[in-house]
Amino acid sequence: MAGVSLRNVLKSYGELQVIHGVSMEIADGEFIVILGPSGCGKSTLLRMVAGLEVISGGEIAIGDRVVNNLEPKDRDIAMVFQNYALYPHMSVYDNMAYGLRIRGLPKSEIDARVQKAAGILELGQYLERKPRALSGGQRQRVAMGRAIVREPQVFLFDEPLSNLDAKLRVQMRGELQSLHRRLGTTSLFVTHDQVEAMTLAQRMIVMNAGRAEQIGAPLEVYAKPATTFVASFIGSPPMNLIPKDGKLLGVRPEHMEPCAASEAMLTIEVDLIEPLGADILVYGHIGDGESARVAARLHASAPAQAGKLPVRYAPQHVHWFDPATGKRIGP
Amino acid sequence: MEKRVVFRSAWLPYALVAPQLAITFVFFFWPASQALWFSFQLQDAFGMHTQFVGLQNFGNLFKDSNYLDSFRTTAVFSVLVAGIGIALSLLLAVMADRVVRGAFAYKTLLIWPYAVAAAVAGVLYAFMFAPSIGIVSYVLKGWGVSWNWAIDGTDAMILVVMAAVWNQISYNFLFFLAGLQSIPRSLIEAAAIDGAGPGRRFWTIIFPLLSPTAFFLLVVNVVYAFFGTFGIIDATTQGGPATSTQILVYKVYHDGVKAADLGGSSAQSVILMAIVIALTVVQFRYIERKVNY
Amino acid sequence: MVENRPFLTFLAHAILIVGVVVIAFPVYVTFVASTLTLEQIMSVPMPLWPGDQFVANYTQVLTAGSTKGSTAAVSTMLLNSTVMALGIALGKIAISIISAFAIVYFRFPFRMTFFWLIFITLMLPVEVRIIPTFKVIADLGMLNSYAGLTIPLIASATATFLFRQFFMTVPDELAEAARMDGAGPMRFFRDVLLPLSKTSIAALFVIQFIYGWNQYLWPLLITTDESMYTTVIGIKRMIVGSDAANEWNLIMATAMLAMLPPALVVLLMQKWFVKGLVETEK
Repeated sequence: MAGVSLRNVLKSYGELQVIHGVSMEIADGEFIVILGPSGCGKSTLLRMVAGLEVISGGEIAIGDRVVNNLEPKDRDIAMVFQNYALYPHMSVYDNMAYGLRIRGLPKSEIDARVQKAAGILELGQYLERKPRALSGGQRQRVAMGRAIVREPQVFLFDEPLSNLDAKLRVQMRGELQSLHRRLGTTSLFVTHDQVEAMTLAQRMIVMNAGRAEQIGAPLEVYAKPATTFVASFIGSPPMNLIPKDGKLLGVRPEHMEPCAASEAMLTIEVDLIEPLGADILVYGHIGDGESARVAARLHASAPAQAGKLPVRYAPQHVHWFDPATGKRIGP
Repeated sequence: MEKRVVFRSAWLPYALVAPQLAITFVFFFWPASQALWFSFQLQDAFGMHTQFVGLQNFGNLFKDSNYLDSFRTTAVFSVLVAGIGIALSLLLAVMADRVVRGAFAYKTLLIWPYAVAAAVAGVLYAFMFAPSIGIVSYVLKGWGVSWNWAIDGTDAMILVVMAAVWNQISYNFLFFLAGLQSIPRSLIEAAAIDGAGPGRRFWTIIFPLLSPTAFFLLVVNVVYAFFGTFGIIDATTQGGPATSTQILVYKVYHDGVKAADLGGSSAQSVILMAIVIALTVVQFRYIERKVNY
Repeated sequence: MVENRPFLTFLAHAILIVGVVVIAFPVYVTFVASTLTLEQIMSVPMPLWPGDQFVANYTQVLTAGSTKGSTAAVSTMLLNSTVMALGIALGKIAISIISAFAIVYFRFPFRMTFFWLIFITLMLPVEVRIIPTFKVIADLGMLNSYAGLTIPLIASATATFLFRQFFMTVPDELAEAARMDGAGPMRFFRDVLLPLSKTSIAALFVIQFIYGWNQYLWPLLITTDESMYTTVIGIKRMIVGSDAANEWNLIMATAMLAMLPPALVVLLMQKWFVKGLVETEK
C-alpha cells in the first residue's frame, strides 16, 4: 500500500481552468473524503488520480512514483463509479475477474481472490447472476468487489452511494467503514453529501470552484472552518454569518441559546419555526428586515414563537471572517 | 454529443476507418466524380473520341422531350406509389392496431412482402397479368375489361404501380403500426370519455399524431419509387410500351448501358444525384424537427 | 379498444383478412404455377389448385435450370445469392462497426472529415452512379466475381450511423471501468462493446441480408457469366420473350426459391427485422 501526493495539481480545458492548484499529502491507509458542491472539480480531481483525465499541471504521486503519464491500469488503483459501471453482459463473477484476467493472473489465484471478496461482501450466492438481476445495494457491492479483488494501493470512490435510497445509504456507509478497517487501503472518496463526509473521513478536503478551501479532520473542519464557504457548506442549517464591525461574525445555530432580553447578544425576529422533535429550528432576521437571516437550533423545551427572540452565545463559539476574502480571522 | 472517454493511439483509429473509407473512395467518390466529369463530355459512338462540351449535355437533356416525358412519368409513378401505398398501409395498420385477437398473426402475414426482391415482385405481377395466359387478365376479360400492358401505356403504368405498392406495403405498414402503438392509450381513453367516437378519435387524435410518420413515409416512398423500383420496371415493362413507364433511373440505365450514350447518361446521373441530395436534406430537416420536438 | 363495438371489430377483421388474401394471392399463384406442367399453365385459365409437378419442377430447376434464356442450375444461383447476401451483410457490419468505434471512441485529426465523407455516401445510391461504378469494377477486373458482387455494396453510412448511435448510449463509465481494469481499446471493443451490440448486429444482419439477397441492378450489370448469376438475375434471364415463349412453371419454381430465404429470415427473426427496419431509418 502507499500514500498519495497531490502537488499543486492543475486542470484546464483550453482556456478554462477548473482546478487551481490543489496540494495534499495523503498518508498510507488514510480515508480521505473530497467534499464539495456539484461542479467544484472534486470528481475531476479524483479522475486525475485515476488517470482518466490528463493532468494539466503539477504532479500526482502514488507511493514514490509520479503517475502523471501512466495509464490507469499501471497506477495500481481501483475505482468504484457512481453508476457502478458493471459490465451488463457479464456475470458477477466475471465482472470481478475481468481485470485480473487481463493482468494474466493464474486461474486459481483469480478464483481465490473473487471468492474471498465475495465472502467479505456477502455476494457468494449471486456470483452467477447478471448485474440486472441484482438490487441496487448488491450492484454496489459488486462494484466494490471489483475494486477489492485487484488488491490495489489506492481505492477511488466517485459518489458511490448517491444512487442508493436513504436507508441503504446509511447501511453501505457502515459497510464501507468496516471494510476500510479490515483492509486498511488508502481511499479517496468523492461526495457532495456532508453527512457521508463527516462520518467516513479521517481527513477531508472541502473544495469550491476548483480550489481546496480547507483540508483537515472532519470535526476540526467543523469547529474551525477556514473560510465562509466551508462555514456555510458544512452544518445544517449552515453557520450564521452576521456583518458586524466591518467583519463577519459566525455562530452555528446550535450555539445560540435563548436568554433574557437584558442578556441578549442578538435579537431574532422569528418568522419560521420547524419543530423536529428532539429540537426546534427557528429562523428569522436580525434588526431591520433586510439584514442577515439567521437560524437557531433550540432545545425542544425552549419557548418558540413568532416575534422577538433574544439569544446569546458563548465566546468560544464565535468565529470571525474577513468579508472581502472570506478567510477566517484569528484562531 | 461526444464521449467523455477516449482511447489514445496514433494509428489505430485510422486503421479502423480505413476499410470503409477505402471502399467509399473507390466505389462512391471516384465513380461519382467520374459521372460528373463524363457529364461534361461528348463521346462518339465507338468511344474513340471524347470532347469537353461543358453544360451541353445538360442543355440537350432539357431540350429532349423524351427526358422531360421521363420526368413526368416519374412524377406520376411516384405520386401513385406513395399515395396508394401509404393509404392502404395506413388502413391496414389502423385495423391491426384495433384488433386484439390475432394481431400478431396479421402482422406476420402482412410483413413478408418486404422480403421479396423488386424484380421478383415484377415477375409475379407480369405473370398474373400476362395478356394471354395471366389468371387475372382472364378474370378481367370475363368482366369485359380489355387489359394488355404490353401494348397499352396506361395498363403498363397500373401494373408497375401495383407491383411497387405491393412490394412496399409491409414497410409502410410496420412504421404506421409502430406509430399507432406509441400513441399513449390514455389519450385515446380521454377522447373516448370526452365523447369522441372511433371515427372522430381517428381524425382528431390519432391522425394528427401519426402525421410525422406519414411524412417520413412519404419521403421514403418517393425515394423508393425513384430508385428502388428499377427491378420491377426491368422485369416487367422495361420502360415500355414505347416510353410510358420509363422512369428517370431506368432511362439512365437504358441510355448508358443499352444506348451507350455516356455523356447523356452521366448528365442524367448528376441530375438524379441532385434529386437524392434534395430528398435527403428534406428527410434530415424532418428528423431534426422531430428531435427538437 | 376503448369501447366494445362488435361491428367495428368485425369490420377490422374483414379488412385485414381481405388485405392478407390480396397480398398473399400473387405468391399463391406463383406456388400453384410452380407445381403445374407448362401445358396446364398455358391452358387459360390455369388451375388454381396445386398440381403434381412439384418435385419434377423443383428438381429440374435446382439441378439443371431452365432450357431457355439462362440455362444455369438454380442451386448454383442460390449459392451465389447466399454468398452475396452474407458477404454484404457481414461485410457491412464489420467495416461499419469498426469505423463507428473509431469515430466515437477516439479523437484524431480528420475525425469529422471522415465522418462526413461516410455520411455523404447516403446520398449516392448505386442507381445514380451505375455507369462509372461499372467502369471502375471493370478496370479492377472484378466482373463476374464474388468480390465484385459484394465489396462495392458494403460501404454503408446507415450501418455506421446505427452503431454510432448505439455506442453513444453506452455509458462512458463502462469504457472507464475497462480502462481501469487494464483493457486496451481493442480488448474493450471485443469484450464489452461487441457483446453489448449483439441486438444491433442481429437487427442489421436481417435487413442487410435481405438487401443483399434482393440486389438486382448491380448483379445484372456485372455478371455476364451464367455461373455467377444470382437467383433474382436468373429469373429475369429465364424470361426470354412474350407470354407463351417462357417456361413459366420453372420460372415460378425459381421465384419461389428466390423468395424463400429472405422470407424465412423475416419471419423467423421478426423481432430483429422490425428493430432493424425502424432503427436503420433513424
